Amino acid sequence: MATVHRSTRARTVTALAAAGALTLLAGCSGSDDSVTGGGKKDGKVVITMGMYGVMGFEETGLLEQYEKENPDVDIKAEIAGDEQTYYTALQTRLAAGKGLKDIQGIEIGRAKEIVDTQAGRFADFSDVAGTDHFLPWKQSQITTEDGKVLGLGTDIGPMAVCYRKDYFEQAGLPTDRDEVAKLWEGDWKKYVEVGRTFEKDFKGGDVAYMDAASGLFNAMVYGYPEQYYNADGELIYDKNPAVKEAWNLAADAAEAGLTAKLRQFQPGWDPGLANGTFATAVCPAWMLGHIGEKAGEANKGKWDVAKAPKGANWGGSFLGVVEQSPVKEEAKKLVAWLTAPEQQAHIFREQGSVPSSQKALESPEVKKVTSEYFDNAPIGEIFGAAAQEIPDKQVLGRKDGTIKDIFSQGLTLIEQQGTARDEAWQTTAERIEKAVG
Amino acid sequence: MATSTTSARLGEGRGGPPAKRGGDGTGRRRGALLHRLDVKGAPYAFVAPFFVVFAAFSFYPLVYTSWISLHRVELATLDVMEWVAFDNYVELWNDSRFWNALGNTITIGVISTVPQLLMALGLAHLLNYRMRGSLFFRVASLVPYATSVGAAALVFTMLFERDFGMINWALGAVGLDPVDWEADKWPAQIAISTIVIWRWTGYNALLYLAAMQAIPADRYEAAAIDGASRWKQFTHVTVPGIRSTIVFTIVLSTIGATQLFGEPLIFGQGPNGVAGGADNQYQTLGLLLYEEGWKNYQMGRSATVAWAMFLLLVLVFVVQRLIRRLRVTRTS
Repeated sequence: MATVHRSTRARTVTALAAAGALTLLAGCSGSDDSVTGGGKKDGKVVITMGMYGVMGFEETGLLEQYEKENPDVDIKAEIAGDEQTYYTALQTRLAAGKGLKDIQGIEIGRAKEIVDTQAGRFADFSDVAGTDHFLPWKQSQITTEDGKVLGLGTDIGPMAVCYRKDYFEQAGLPTDRDEVAKLWEGDWKKYVEVGRTFEKDFKGGDVAYMDAASGLFNAMVYGYPEQYYNADGELIYDKNPAVKEAWNLAADAAEAGLTAKLRQFQPGWDPGLANGTFATAVCPAWMLGHIGEKAGEANKGKWDVAKAPKGANWGGSFLGVVEQSPVKEEAKKLVAWLTAPEQQAHIFREQGSVPSSQKALESPEVKKVTSEYFDNAPIGEIFGAAAQEIPDKQVLGRKDGTIKDIFSQGLTLIEQQGTARDEAWQTTAERIEKAVG
Repeated sequence: MATSTTSARLGEGRGGPPAKRGGDGTGRRRGALLHRLDVKGAPYAFVAPFFVVFAAFSFYPLVYTSWISLHRVELATLDVMEWVAFDNYVELWNDSRFWNALGNTITIGVISTVPQLLMALGLAHLLNYRMRGSLFFRVASLVPYATSVGAAALVFTMLFERDFGMINWALGAVGLDPVDWEADKWPAQIAISTIVIWRWTGYNALLYLAAMQAIPADRYEAAAIDGASRWKQFTHVTVPGIRSTIVFTIVLSTIGATQLFGEPLIFGQGPNGVAGGADNQYQTLGLLLYEEGWKNYQMGRSATVAWAMFLLLVLVFVVQRLIRRLRVTRTS
């Protein structure tokens, strides 16, 4: 009996040892992988890129152009559709130190978190020559306290209001973009007032004045230098009068039934655009492409763009290079080229993403850009002017992106569930506490 | 038990009492050793892969998750862990979102599982009849199960869409008011349950069908001779005949319902999907886990939810066993 026991144990030990060896083997082969996917192969420099949404580098042919001008460079871009998914994956990979690309896109809502927690993992751009052409506030958002620049800016999101000319006419409102802009000049309250008139006078069926209360809320909040956090990184959303003011006005619009009760970029919004269930949408520059695509040929020329009551910045991105990239210098060169004034101007012309480069913004070729879809609106002029109205200081916070989503949901409570605004605010505050606490 | 049989067999393998072994050559001994290895070692070798995989992919994560759940740790900085003991559990117990998610998990579980199993039973009963093209119907009933959760949920989301969805269009066609399927609590839960029912009914029906075909035909004949109607036959012969299969499907469905995740996530889409609606009106425990981990990036709290779900399932089965034992003792 004793021998049986011993041999069983011996075998168990052997089996475990084998399993251990197997695990070790697996571990070794894993750590042999190139960490970023890029490197030098057959005399060619391979640079990998991780991006999301429609950043425009691939779509407008810039990557191809760079490869043509630099025959020894091979760029491999991977584009995730949804930024939330992309960022979650990026965080996991940063934590694991595996699976990263040489170049990684960084959305503005995540910039502060990257600056605060991942500064050591991104390469410094402060020594790259010829990168002093950016808007100062844009550059400062990705710079650490000790002056390390973790990326270069791509686009920014100056604001306008997109509106349906035909619906405005049916409501007896002016249709010319300058006159429309005058209706709400200087104050978002006036924009909501116009909505009340629209709702009263419109005779053409079931059309709401605006798509979603959250759009208005974002546009207002982003017009202030400080939003959810102050410059010291403290959470101030509950004390910030700007947030409260935006909340109340958005709630006014929701309670007055001026919205189509939609959620932007979610199901229902796209068919809403295609079928024209709302007359206006507060639109950052990058939203124009989406509206044009989803509203479709049938609505071409019916949409127009008017100046927003106040300047604000909603969205925008950066490109950073991972510190451990084997082709760091080449990748930095590529990023500097992609974000250079000429390339930013090119993307704006092709796709409407407004340059974060001061130099590009001032160039005549950006100023003269018009949008055929939006009845030849001079978007170069409109968004160029709007970009100058953005407050010169833009304080970001660590969980800006998450808090923005929670506020949108809070407004949805008022819009769709008919929750009282104080109760909805309470719920929102509790959720923010949970999300950031 | 196992050792006694193996040692008994081992005795046979040695080819006699140990006293005789002295005179035999080493070759014989090595042969005996190999044989012993074969008999004694092989079973372990055969089951080892499972246990190695289990240890690496189930047991280790389970233990590690419990370790994480005792810490405060964020996804971006997984190397910085702050020991908080059972704070996460206390917090979860006091968190209204947890109880809300638990309630939703139960209600969605009930309104998806009960109709699903009843329909599967009926479907299996129909498939059990002799009919033309029965193979076609059997394959057809399995098609929804083969569809991916993502595809199914996406299609249903479009069907249930508020302004331009087909279901509201059909309601309008018969003069009913449109329903805001996503925003209202019960419509949302019913819509999600519909996806679950659609996907799993056929699968369960095939399980029942397999069990039904094992019921001897003479029982039906006997019942028919006794004058039992089709319905009587179903309730008195079929259902008792497949009782163990029914219990099995209930267990499976309970586990599935507790882990419900993909359907509500895709049904809500975007931030609302993660939160289970603006009012958390269809947030399940699975979604809460995901929200804590992949939206709030709080891995410690996420792990706590995972463990709470696990403990909950254990609790359910303990209670179920207790009830069964009580019943058994009462009947005996």
